Amino acid sequence: MESTSVTSLGAFWRTFRQHPMAMIGLVMLLIAIIAAVCAPLIAPYDPKAIIRITIDDIYTRPSPAHWLGTDDAGRDVFSNFIYGARVSLTVGLFASIISIFIGGTIGIVAGFYGGRTENILMRFTDIMLVIPDLPLIVVIVALTRPSLTNIILVIGLLGWTSTARLVRSQTLSVKARKFVLRAQAVGASRPYIIRRHILPLVLPLIVVNTVLVISLAILNESTLSFLGLGDPTLLSWGQMLNYAFTRGAMSAGAWWALVTPGFGIVWVVLGCTLLGHGLEQALNPRAETHHLAQLHEQVARPASAAARFAGEPMSLSSD
Amino acid sequence: MRASYLLGKLAWALFTILFVICLNFFLFRVLPGDPVRSGVRDPRLTQEAQQAIRERFGLDKPVINCFESLNPVKSGPCLINPFETQFFLYVRNLLTGDLGISYHTNRPVSTMLGERLWNTILLIGAGQILAIILGMGLGILAAWKARTPIDFGALLFSLLAWSLPTFWLGIILLFAGSRYFNLPLGGMITPGVNFPGAWARVSDMLRHMLLPTLTYTIVFLGEYMLIMRSTLVDVLSEDYILTARAKGLNHFQILKDHALKNAMLPMVTIIALNLGFTVAGAVQIETVFSWPGLGGAIFEAVGRRDYPMLQGAFLLLAVSVIFANLGAELLYSVLDPRIRAE
Repeated sequence: MESTSVTSLGAFWRTFRQHPMAMIGLVMLLIAIIAAVCAPLIAPYDPKAIIRITIDDIYTRPSPAHWLGTDDAGRDVFSNFIYGARVSLTVGLFASIISIFIGGTIGIVAGFYGGRTENILMRFTDIMLVIPDLPLIVVIVALTRPSLTNIILVIGLLGWTSTARLVRSQTLSVKARKFVLRAQAVGASRPYIIRRHILPLVLPLIVVNTVLVISLAILNESTLSFLGLGDPTLLSWGQMLNYAFTRGAMSAGAWWALVTPGFGIVWVVLGCTLLGHGLEQALNPRAETHHLAQLHEQVARPASAAARFAGEPMSLSSD
Repeated sequence: MRASYLLGKLAWALFTILFVICLNFFLFRVLPGDPVRSGVRDPRLTQEAQQAIRERFGLDKPVINCFESLNPVKSGPCLINPFETQFFLYVRNLLTGDLGISYHTNRPVSTMLGERLWNTILLIGAGQILAIILGMGLGILAAWKARTPIDFGALLFSLLAWSLPTFWLGIILLFAGSRYFNLPLGGMITPGVNFPGAWARVSDMLRHMLLPTLTYTIVFLGEYMLIMRSTLVDVLSEDYILTARAKGLNHFQILKDHALKNAMLPMVTIIALNLGFTVAGAVQIETVFSWPGLGGAIFEAVGRRDYPMLQGAFLLLAVSVIFANLGAELLYSVLDPRIRAE
């Protein structure tokens, strides 16, 4: 039996639906996406509107007028929070598309072609894997102009290493299967085999990996913004935390300005993590019991169950 | 066999370091353009003063070849020998431990980094050791009690801990700790205090270390727990565990003598692979807690546009991670003889 028993995306979806954790993660992400898309409908204030404030409007406590209080500029934290989802999700989506494209291509090419191509590509991947990501991202963004496009490019161009390794090992195992060998024997071209035979079987793994790459990209973006390297024209969750942390929310006791943006990041990243974990289980079901577990299946069966089992024909399959 | 394995690993690590050095050099030369324009950007400087600075820092020399810049169109006459290029000077200075002069403090970068290196090692070390011990403990418990509420709770906790942004967890802990538990707001030691004895000094530092270490531990705990749990479940499903049970050994003996040794190997790999993330954690935690370490140095250098400091801190962090990785690989080969045979 192969390590992956899933054969198509359809079968994959049927297995996936049975995992409550993955469904919860999916729902959490959908809520975040809806909030981002419908931000103008949900947020009570426009974050870009010019407002006139007095000293009393700064860091006001949560009230009916401002559900989650105001920030250091007297702006509504709840509105900024809703709009902040747009930045995080945009970065997560586009950066992960870049990463997955690069990582997937390198992984498939390395795994399928083998030989010197594989050697060079995987050695390069190893180097990139060792260099610490975040400091490198910080250095590059600090040296270039911090704009949304630059941040997406830098995070995307550096986040492909784990995907490349995963995809390569999956490609290697698919390549060794009989139908691929037969396709090669009857003279199918390499691009054809990749498109027709390898890609469909590697795709489920790429989908799982995409979810995790998105969450890493979102974490990286928020960290960059918190360190003061975010796009200054956009108010992301990391940027909100940067303003709150560097402009006295700590001493003002304004927990609402510190907790709210972080909650947004955790919501989206946890959604991705739950979804990814559930997908992984659907894709690669593991034996979740072992010889020391005290489970009811291992305890002597009641007589009725034993009788039912005795009546059934013997079967070797365990699922 | 053993010597060639060691040499191969060592050569690979050195090659990676060389790659990082090149990357570090060219990133800083290519991206911002002229370092004098970006670093000594003061409009009050006269042309002569700018030229003097260029000469002092060797910036009048060509970058790597006889071209004026990396743009070949702007190439000048090819008269300079390769030993007078900026790249050669950079590598030569690196080999003598010279990382340049900080734009901000005017002190050697290597001295400033040296002061901070041990602070980072102290913090990362304490946090990692706690995370590994607690993570393994929880992982063993969860694997042993697989598919019980304890297992499920541990899983949920790990997934949540993994999803927390490190810097935000630090902020929340700092907020709660400084408000409700009277813990210091940051730094490594209370400034301007004459401590009566060594013990008072150490206890003051421990109070400063408590929250950053706690943040570190929570962030890394979850992943170690998940890995420990899943490998141990795999090991416990092996037939030799059933044999051990049939021999009449109790659970404690089986876990201690038969299962844990085999489950340790993936842990070593994960800890090694995590070193890059460890550094990312250091940047965030040291920033939030104003801890005077290398990660904090990166943050400060970015804010001050102190490029030599940024360049030096990045190089030191990258090289430390490469060496730590090498160490982990060698340790792995000691633990698992099958690796050496390949």
